[in-house]
Amino acid sequence: MTKKSFVKFENVQKSYDGEVLVVKDLNLEIPKGEFLTMLGPSGSGKTTCLMMLAGFETATHGIISLGGNPINNIPPHKRGIGMVFQNYALFPHMTVYENLSFPLEVRKLSKAVREEKIKRALDMVQMREFGNRRPAQLSGGQQQRIALARSLVFEPDLVLMDEPLGALDKQLREHMQYEIKHLHERLGVTVVYVTHDQSEALTMSDRVAVFNDGVIQQLASPPDLYEQPENAFVAQFIGENNKIMAEVVDVKGSVVTAKTSEGNLLKSKKVNCDKVGSKTTLSIRPERIKVGSKGENTSDAKVLELIYIGDHIRCRMLVEGDENFIVKIPNAKKISDLKIGLKTQVSWSTVDCRALDRLI
Amino acid sequence: MLASQNNNNQKVLTTDGIPLKKKLSKALFRSRLRAFGLVTPLLLLISIGFVFPIIVFLTRGVYNDTFEKYMVNLTPILSEWDGKSEPTEDMYEALVLDLVWLKETKNIGKVASRMNRELSGSRSLFTSSARKAKKLEAPFKESLTKVKKKWAKLETWRAMKVTSQSLSPVFLASALDMKYTADGTIVQKSPERRIHVKLFIRTLEISLVVVIAGLILGYPVAFLLANLPIRISNLLLILVLLPFWTSLLVRTTAWIAMLQGQGVLNDLFVVFGIATDQDRFTLIYNKAGTLISMTHILLPFMILPIYSVMKTIPPSYVRAAKSMGATNWTAFWRIYFPQTIPGIGAGAILVFILAISFYITPALVGGQDGTMISNFIDYHMRKSLNWSLAAAMGGVLLVIILFLYWVYDRVVGIDNMKLG
Repeated sequence: MTKKSFVKFENVQKSYDGEVLVVKDLNLEIPKGEFLTMLGPSGSGKTTCLMMLAGFETATHGIISLGGNPINNIPPHKRGIGMVFQNYALFPHMTVYENLSFPLEVRKLSKAVREEKIKRALDMVQMREFGNRRPAQLSGGQQQRIALARSLVFEPDLVLMDEPLGALDKQLREHMQYEIKHLHERLGVTVVYVTHDQSEALTMSDRVAVFNDGVIQQLASPPDLYEQPENAFVAQFIGENNKIMAEVVDVKGSVVTAKTSEGNLLKSKKVNCDKVGSKTTLSIRPERIKVGSKGENTSDAKVLELIYIGDHIRCRMLVEGDENFIVKIPNAKKISDLKIGLKTQVSWSTVDCRALDRLI
Repeated sequence: MLASQNNNNQKVLTTDGIPLKKKLSKALFRSRLRAFGLVTPLLLLISIGFVFPIIVFLTRGVYNDTFEKYMVNLTPILSEWDGKSEPTEDMYEALVLDLVWLKETKNIGKVASRMNRELSGSRSLFTSSARKAKKLEAPFKESLTKVKKKWAKLETWRAMKVTSQSLSPVFLASALDMKYTADGTIVQKSPERRIHVKLFIRTLEISLVVVIAGLILGYPVAFLLANLPIRISNLLLILVLLPFWTSLLVRTTAWIAMLQGQGVLNDLFVVFGIATDQDRFTLIYNKAGTLISMTHILLPFMILPIYSVMKTIPPSYVRAAKSMGATNWTAFWRIYFPQTIPGIGAGAILVFILAISFYITPALVGGQDGTMISNFIDYHMRKSLNWSLAAAMGGVLLVIILFLYWVYDRVVGIDNMKLG
């Protein structure tokens, strides 16, 4: 086992009905201590992957190994993987203390050791005084903390989390994101986290695997994922994105020149597009666009809507025939010049515009 | 904020100065009235047609005024009599007066059969003496004993003293195989006449076995129902409910066809060599028959509550337990099973209460040792016409059920019961 591949998926495929592949040829290596997030829309196969790793689903094909050993045929209770479930799955007929004690009891640890570990786990999530409560007597955030403590109390090397924050309100969710992240940093445990919330994925992870249609679309660190999306799906799924449909007319080195439906020629960075004559999606982040000045690429624009957000103004414009072209303008003095209906120009530099595959 | 600043001593007022509580109850009054109006028809029907008759009937178990009503002269004298000394001439005189009057009003049969229950043979004693009572002359003690020697016996008079008390535990005692005597003590009946207690115990035993058998057979089915894909589980559920929709009588007679000596099951036993043709199993008209058919008939009542509770247990609990290192058995026993207890409790109490008063099935397939207390109550209601004893037995059964219900509440907790 190398340090780089603590968890390893090799050519893993999964089908429930023998007709459709839910997971198509998954290859993934997770080094020890990493926080990896599987991100994707529902039905993209991310939860199935997690369940295969936990042992609740069997892989139809391929090998899943943990610490260098294949675990395909090891039942879940012998894998020693901690898990946090979507609805916490705290045992309702047991107190918090008994819930935490359960994984230690099945490991036949002595009472003294159990008490010590439970105390430490409860302290870890600042829930020490709640030991005698039942799960139903706790708030959502407290239940979440206990579920976390329970998955960590037997000190597994790997913890799986299946949308653990999905049931919490926004503020609490953000707070818990930081808490889980700090806990991970402190304990050095490997975490595989599943979510459909892209901001959650970006906030917490070392690396994010973006799933769609049973395939990992891109596996990268959060900044890379946001700034260098490799295909149109990732660009659209992560953060806000403007897309201009165009046809490739020239490829020179890493620069692609493409012609829009309005006949405008735009230059962009070659990332994922075919040869001359093929269709491409040009992707530009809203905050990389300048309004009212010329640049490497310039296009005519008309202001359609202005939304005051506070730190910035969200401006919807008509650009290259697209009525949903969004520009984020920092809240500065000149902002009052913008009026609905104003005809102006937008510009961006070539490196900020990425020529990607055509979105169907 | 304002409300929370009010401390407990101050009443919370509405803006027009009326106490909030008063205002609230006023506002709720109309909706309560409407809710009550909706249940009134059923409430009336149940209280007039069900609760009231039951209460009236149950009082028969401790109150029977047949003797007091018709033996107007003798009753007051008997109540003063100590039950040990020789009956006086006054008592004989009053007896003859009553007998004459009974004969005239044609009520002698009622008193005679009431007396016969206390002392067998008294029916003919009363009827034949009443026929001759008119011609008797004083001293009545001698003339009456001349008609029937039994009148001289202390035993006869003691039986009359017991019968003359309208409000007495005589039937309750009889329902529990005991005898209430003239001097107010309660003694056990002779061993060969003790049948009721044995029957109560057998009823409890059959009910308990039916509950346990139902649990053993029903729990896995409920588990399967709750965990199979919806299409298959719906089909299975229909199979569970199918006997539910069939008449009780049809199901019971079907079991007769199955279990009797020349029945399907015994034929199969013979074919497979489990039994010989001459020596077939007796599976019906005994306790085994009652147990088998009652378990089958009551099984849906066990399966359905357990199933509906299991349906609410998400699979993530067992998964969580397994992810923490629990084996299949541990995950089931420590995590899944405790959460199904409310369903088991509901199913068990439902089946038990239905079983303890089961009637048709034991009557049809019970034979000698498979009959239950309800069959005996029915016997006294329709055949022997001893309604007071039937009421007393019914009362005892009710008390037993209430007691067990109380025990259940203490052990399992009635709030823990869940029907769905």
